[in-house]
Amino acid sequence: MNSKKIVYPYIPNSEPKVQEEMLKEIGASNIRELYSDIPEKLLLHKKMNLPKSFLSEYELKRHIEGILSKNSTCKENISFLGAGCWQHYVPAVVDEVIHRAEFLTAYAGESYEDHGRFQADFEYTSMMGDLLEMGVVNIPTYDWSQAASTSLRMSCRITNRNEVIVSKAINPDRLLVIKNYCNPDVDVVILDFNSKTGLAEINDLEKKISNKTAGVYIENPSYLGSIESNGAKLSEIIHKAGALFLVGVDPSSLGVLTPPINYGADIVCGDLQPLGIHMNYGGGVAGFIATRDEKEFVGEYPSRLYGIAPTENGEWGFGDVMWERTSFANRESSKEFVGTTSALWGIAAGVYLAVMGPEGMQELGKGIIQRSIYAQKEIGKIKGVKVPVFQSANYNEFVVNFNDTGKTVKEINKSLLKKSIFGGKDLSKDFPQFGQKALYCITEVHTKEDIDRLVSALKEVL
Amino acid sequence: MKTKLRNYHAAHWDEPIIYELSRDAERAILVPEVDEEINKTVGDGILYIPESMRRRKKPQLPALSQPQVLRHFLHLAQENLGADLNIDIGQGTCTMKYNPKIHEQLVNSDKIAEMHPYQDESTSQGLLEIMYKTEQLFKEISGLDRFSLHPGGGAHGIYTISSIIWAYHKSRGEEDKRNEIITTAFSHPADAAAPRVKGYKIRIIYPDENGYPDIEALKEAVSEHTSALFITNPEDTGIFNSKIAKFTKIVHDVGGFCAYDQANANGLLGITRAKEANFDLIFYNLHKTFSSPHGCGGPGAGIVGVTEKLAKFLPVPVVDYNKKNDNYFLDYNRPDSIGKVKDFYGVIPVILRAYAWIMSLGAEGLREVSNVAILNNNYAMKKILELRGASMAFPEHKCRIEQVRYSWQKLTEETGITTEDIQRRVFDFGTHYWTSHEPWLIPEPFTIEPSESYSKDDIDEFVAILGQIVKEAYESPEKVKNAPHKSSVHRISYDVLDAPSKWAITWRAYRKKYKGYFQHK
Repeated sequence: MNSKKIVYPYIPNSEPKVQEEMLKEIGASNIRELYSDIPEKLLLHKKMNLPKSFLSEYELKRHIEGILSKNSTCKENISFLGAGCWQHYVPAVVDEVIHRAEFLTAYAGESYEDHGRFQADFEYTSMMGDLLEMGVVNIPTYDWSQAASTSLRMSCRITNRNEVIVSKAINPDRLLVIKNYCNPDVDVVILDFNSKTGLAEINDLEKKISNKTAGVYIENPSYLGSIESNGAKLSEIIHKAGALFLVGVDPSSLGVLTPPINYGADIVCGDLQPLGIHMNYGGGVAGFIATRDEKEFVGEYPSRLYGIAPTENGEWGFGDVMWERTSFANRESSKEFVGTTSALWGIAAGVYLAVMGPEGMQELGKGIIQRSIYAQKEIGKIKGVKVPVFQSANYNEFVVNFNDTGKTVKEINKSLLKKSIFGGKDLSKDFPQFGQKALYCITEVHTKEDIDRLVSALKEVL
Repeated sequence: MKTKLRNYHAAHWDEPIIYELSRDAERAILVPEVDEEINKTVGDGILYIPESMRRRKKPQLPALSQPQVLRHFLHLAQENLGADLNIDIGQGTCTMKYNPKIHEQLVNSDKIAEMHPYQDESTSQGLLEIMYKTEQLFKEISGLDRFSLHPGGGAHGIYTISSIIWAYHKSRGEEDKRNEIITTAFSHPADAAAPRVKGYKIRIIYPDENGYPDIEALKEAVSEHTSALFITNPEDTGIFNSKIAKFTKIVHDVGGFCAYDQANANGLLGITRAKEANFDLIFYNLHKTFSSPHGCGGPGAGIVGVTEKLAKFLPVPVVDYNKKNDNYFLDYNRPDSIGKVKDFYGVIPVILRAYAWIMSLGAEGLREVSNVAILNNNYAMKKILELRGASMAFPEHKCRIEQVRYSWQKLTEETGITTEDIQRRVFDFGTHYWTSHEPWLIPEPFTIEPSESYSKDDIDEFVAILGQIVKEAYESPEKVKNAPHKSSVHRISYDVLDAPSKWAITWRAYRKKYKGYFQHK
C-alpha cells in the first residue's frame, strides 16, 4: 500500500485537510489530545491484527459473495423443513416497503418526526389484533421463545405465583430459552403429550396443576404438528386452578384455525416470521404477545405498546401506552427489560397482513392443509413409512415414522440431499422415544410436483 | 461552505388508518392455487380441522388492492425520518451512522434470505464461515476469547451476560450469596433492568464531582455478595472513566466479574480494549458501532464476548471450524452452557453487515472511525457550548470521547423553554433530537453524538439549527413552545395513553371505545 492517507468513502472527515481545520477550531494539536482521559497503559499500542481490508466496494462484494456461494438455498433445492422457521412466499410489496431507507435506517425518533413508523406499528398491532381477536398486541420482541418466556413471567406477576407448566410438545430449543429465562425464581414443570394423539395430556395436567400454578403454556398446532382439539377442556382446568392459559401459535394458521381467545387463552404469543419475513437462516424471527385489553395485562408487558391519540388538528397521532412500565422509564423497577428488538419485522408482518387481507389468509391456510394432507397420503403409501403418526389433525407440519425402513433419518436425509431435497427435521435426538422420525413441513410454496418428487425420491432411497 | 438553514417541511399526507381505506373484496395478492388433483383427492381442507378449532369468521383485516397498499405504506415511509435522510447526530447514545448500501444487496440475496436454520451443515458452509470469521474479528477488536452472536439487542446481551455470570456462581454453589449487580447511574438502563430477571439486586454508583463514577462508593458497595459490575464506558456523558482498571481490580478482589457495556464503543476501536482493562465479559451492539441499520428499533444484535474461563457457559450452539475436514460446524455439545437465549443462531443479516463493515475498513479504517468520531464530537462540543444558555454535564471536565450530555438549564431558567420544547422545534428543521435516558440526573438534558459519518458542514448545519432555536427561545419563545410547525402531525394529546378507558393499542380497541374522532362511546 502506498503511504498516502486513505480517504474512506464512509467517513467524510477522514480527509487530512478538514481534520486539521477542525483541530484548529477545537484548539488541539492532534486527536490524541482529545482522549487524554484514556491512560497510556490502557491504550492498544499496536495495530489490531485483522485481515487485510477490501477497500473498494467491488472487492468487498466479490469477497462476500464468494463465501456465500458455498451456501445452497431452499430455492435451489426443495425444502421440507419447518420446526419454527418456515418457507412461505414473501410478497414483493412487503420487501419493497421494509427496504425503504425511511424505515430501514430510522431508529428511535418521537411520534412527530417518526410519525410513519408509529402508524405502521399501530397498524401492525391492529391487524394482528384482528387475526387474534385480541385488543392488545406488543411491538415485537426478539422471537417466539422470548415472547413465550415473557408471557410466562407475565402470568407469574399477574397471579402472584411462581410455577409454570410448559408443554413438552414444543421445540426443545425453545424449552432451553424458557428455562434460562425462568431460572432462578420460577419453576418450570413439563406437561406430557399423549403418545397416541400428540395432544396435551389432560390427566397429566390435572395431576400437575395446583394453586401454585401461574400459567400453562401449550402450542397450537404443537411442535409435532397436531392441532389441539381440547382447548376448551384445558381452559376449564387451568382457570379452575386460578392459573392463566397461554397459547403459542403460528399466525399463518389463523385464517382457518380459530384464534386461541375463543377457547379461553389469556395470553397468546408466537412468531411473525411466517408473515412475510424471509427465513434468513433463522435470523428473520420476531415474537409477538397479545392479550385482552385489561389493565392487569397491559401493565405487565415489558414491551413498547403504541396507542392512538388525537392531535390538535384532528389527525391520527400516536404515543407510548403506560411508558412507566418500561425499563426506559424505570430502570430499577421495570417489567423485565426492553431495548432494540425487532420492530422492522413487525412492520413487515403488518404489510403482509394488509396484502393478504381476510380472503388471502383463509385461502393460505386452506391450501396449506390440502397440500399437507396430500403429502401425508402420498408419503404414507411408501412401504415401511408411516404417516400420520398421531391420531389428530395437522396444519402445515406432520411427523413421519421411518422406524420400519431400517434406515436412520440422518441416512435418509443425506440421500435426499443428493437429489436436491432437504428432508424433514430429524427428531431422533430430541425425542429419543420416537426412534427414527422426522418432522416434515408443507406450505403454499410447495406444488404437487414438489411433493411428488419427494415421494419418488423417498421411494428410491429407502 | 456557509451554513444555510433549510426551509424544511415534513411530508404531511394526513394518511388514514389502513382500515379506513378498506373496501370489501379488494385483493392485493392472490395465493397460489392448489393443484386440481390435490383438490380432488383431498377435498375441502377446512373439514380436516376439528370443529371446535375451525375459524368461523374471517379475520377482520382490511381489504385493499395492491397499488393502494403500496401507496399507503409509502406515504407512511415518507412521514418517517430515516437516518439516510438527515444529519442524524441528535439521537445521542444511538450511534447513528452510515449504513452502506452494498450491505443491503448482500443481505437480500437468496444466499441468506432463503436459508433454513436446520439445513444440513454441508449446505450452509458460507453462512457458518461468516459467523465463525465474525467471531474471530471481534476477538481481536475486544481482546476477549470467545463470542456468542445470538443476542438480539443490547439489553438482550446484558441479560445473556447476567445468565452466564449466574451460571458461573451456581457452578460454585454461590448463586444465592452472590446476589448483587453493581452498575452506575450513567450506564444504560438495561444494565440495571436486565439482571433483575435473573433475580439480582441492583446497586447504583453515582458520579463524583468530576463526572467519573465514584470510586469510593464502589469500594463501599463491593462485598462477598457482589456478583458483577456492569458498566458503560465512556458513559452517556461521553466521559471515559480513566480509573476503569482500578474499578475492575476492586471488583475482582472480592471475587466479582466485570461486564463491559460497549454500546458506546464508537470512539474506542483500535484505541483501547476490554482486555487491557481486565473485563471478563462484554457486549457490542452491531446495529450501533458496527453499522447495521436500526430498522425502526431492530432487528439488531448485542453479541456477547467472554474470557476463556466463562466460555463454557455461552449459549448453544457456537460455530467451530474443523481444520482436518476444512468445514465449519455448529457445536451443541457444551454441557455447562446456560442453554439458549434466542431461537436458532442470532440475527444473521445483522451479523453479515457487521462482518462486511469491518472487512471494508480493516484495522486502520476502524481506528480512523474512532479518531473521526472523537474529532467530530469535540468539534460539535466546541460549537454547541458557544450557544447561549447551553452547557454540558460536569463542565469542568473537558475530555469527551464520542458523545456529550449537554444541558439547557440556563436557557430554561432565562426563557422558560425546556429541552422538550426544543426537541419538538428541532423536528421542524428535518432532523432528530433526543433528550436523555431516565432518570434525568442532568437538568434539561440533550445528548449529541456526531459519529464518523457526518462532515464538518453537517455538524455546522446541526449546530446552526440549535442556534436558530436558541435565538427564538430568547426572542420569540412562543414559536418554540408551540412547535412542531412543519411536522407530519400537529401537537399530540398524550393523556389518552395512560388511562385504561381511553387508551387504544389496536384499531379494534379504538372502535370499541370511541366513535367518530375520539368521541367516547
